[in-house]
Amino acid sequence: MRYLPKSPAERQEMLDAIGVKSVDELFSTIPEAYRLKKPLNLPGPLSEPEIIEYFQARAAENSLGYTSFLGAGVYNHLRSVITDTILQRGEFLTSYTPYQAEISQGTLQAIFEFQTLMCQLTGQDVANASMYDGSTATTEAVLMAERLTGKRRVLVARSVHPEYREVLKTYAKNSGLRVEEIGYTAAGSLDAKGLHSALRDDVCAVVVQSPNFFGAMESLGPLAEAAHASGALLVTAIAEGVSLGVMKPPAEADIVAMESQSFGLAPSYGGPFAGVIASKDKFVRQMPGRLAGQTVDLDGRRGFVLTLATREQHIRREKATSNICTNQALCALAATVHLTLLGKEGLREMAEQNLSKAHFALAELQKILGVKRTFSAPFFNEFVVEFPRSVKMVNAELLKEKIVGPFVLGSAYPELTKHALVCVTETTTRAEIERLVAAVKRALEQPL
Amino acid sequence: MAYPTEYRYTKEHEWIVVKDGIATIGITDYAQHELGDVVFVEMPAAGAKLTTGKTFGSVESVKAVSEIYAPASGDVVEANAALNDKPETLNNDPHGAGWLVKVKLSNPAEVNSLLDAAAYEAFIAEKQKEASS
Repeated sequence: MRYLPKSPAERQEMLDAIGVKSVDELFSTIPEAYRLKKPLNLPGPLSEPEIIEYFQARAAENSLGYTSFLGAGVYNHLRSVITDTILQRGEFLTSYTPYQAEISQGTLQAIFEFQTLMCQLTGQDVANASMYDGSTATTEAVLMAERLTGKRRVLVARSVHPEYREVLKTYAKNSGLRVEEIGYTAAGSLDAKGLHSALRDDVCAVVVQSPNFFGAMESLGPLAEAAHASGALLVTAIAEGVSLGVMKPPAEADIVAMESQSFGLAPSYGGPFAGVIASKDKFVRQMPGRLAGQTVDLDGRRGFVLTLATREQHIRREKATSNICTNQALCALAATVHLTLLGKEGLREMAEQNLSKAHFALAELQKILGVKRTFSAPFFNEFVVEFPRSVKMVNAELLKEKIVGPFVLGSAYPELTKHALVCVTETTTRAEIERLVAAVKRALEQPL
Repeated sequence: MAYPTEYRYTKEHEWIVVKDGIATIGITDYAQHELGDVVFVEMPAAGAKLTTGKTFGSVESVKAVSEIYAPASGDVVEANAALNDKPETLNNDPHGAGWLVKVKLSNPAEVNSLLDAAAYEAFIAEKQKEASS
């Protein structure tokens, strides 16, 4: 991005061209009372060496050399510098919503490719050009199901990310949507019996996450059948996209709400993220968010254009499918570049490494006296273990050894008091797993 | 296109005709012309309730989306499923095959207060004069 300063002579030239004498005259239509008469409250300018020094000092505040076993909705995966290099191109970085197809072919094509990749991963027909994140995508998917079915009761699994459920409840609070939660079994998956007894013909959506918050894979087929039998739609949330490298695409779902952070976005500060909604063709008119489509121009050449825009608020106003018109185009571009670099085989290999490293970590942790696996369902790269003492206490010890410990499940599930959600990705080395196991063992052997 | 004299019309450009206690509702030739090529019609399912003056569906054209308002109250007995596959029927035959819904009226007398063909034609002639002046 270039910064173009203006010299006083250039300012004068522009003023002359539009026929005003001064900048003050230019703003004379703004009432006197509303004009700022003092300088903005900002620190003064810095020279180039001062700016570099400032940022180096800020960068030095970062903690380096830590190993993390924290996932719970945010995942540390390998990223390529190529992704950043492409993201930082001005044509993408500073581009505005591509309403004008004739000057936005590059952006539109990138969005179209993102949608294509998301459809291939999720086994759905159509995907939008992104939402804020997985949590808002999940809520928008529920609102979509509400519009499609005309029903207002939602059954959401307690094994859906706690923050996704919080966002859903916030939306539901003043919209008349009734959210009820369905528990989990000893295996760590959705309680099918509980679902069956709660399902009646007034339910618009059954919301399930797979792999769920405990890392367990859900069996979507029977859940879709149960939902459909009562006239509800199955919404499947996916927080860890890399799982799709080894898992069957959730084609049984009517609507898939996915977080795409795992594809090329660093977990820094917990954001920015990008969500996505994918669904069946027949539901497209109730889908929120932007859609890019492929078409041909007058001469029959391939081109891209925003399509089905009549769903959106700039045309449909209060009847729009969603009044969040912001998407995460740059984050979606990161996912597009990242997945294109990885390719089908690369994603599969990455996913397989997550799978086997996480299973290795569980096996090693279980060798420690008193550490027990909690759930028996198959898992991807996260699993739950119970410690003989509080996870917070164990984590405090781990931190001393530069290990960011697992997620403290008790903070979101009061019944899981001594349970830890451990995440292992392809970035974790065998040596780091062994270091974790040794550190947990030491922490548990500490006198109370 | 001629406006059938047995139909009644609204200033929102819907038409309604009652036969054997069942009303058929559509949008007028003027409306379809103003909208341009229709690409999608959103209609209520059988069983839905219509309330006079309230919106019950929408017509989407390449230019815009327009709400459709109920000319009278009643229960929908049928929506024109043919429009799902061929929305352009609305442009080609707005007063016939392009009908939107069939409704069992709760108060058939309501229809009498709507515009007749002559009054509607005068209304749109006035609108066209405004537009061209």
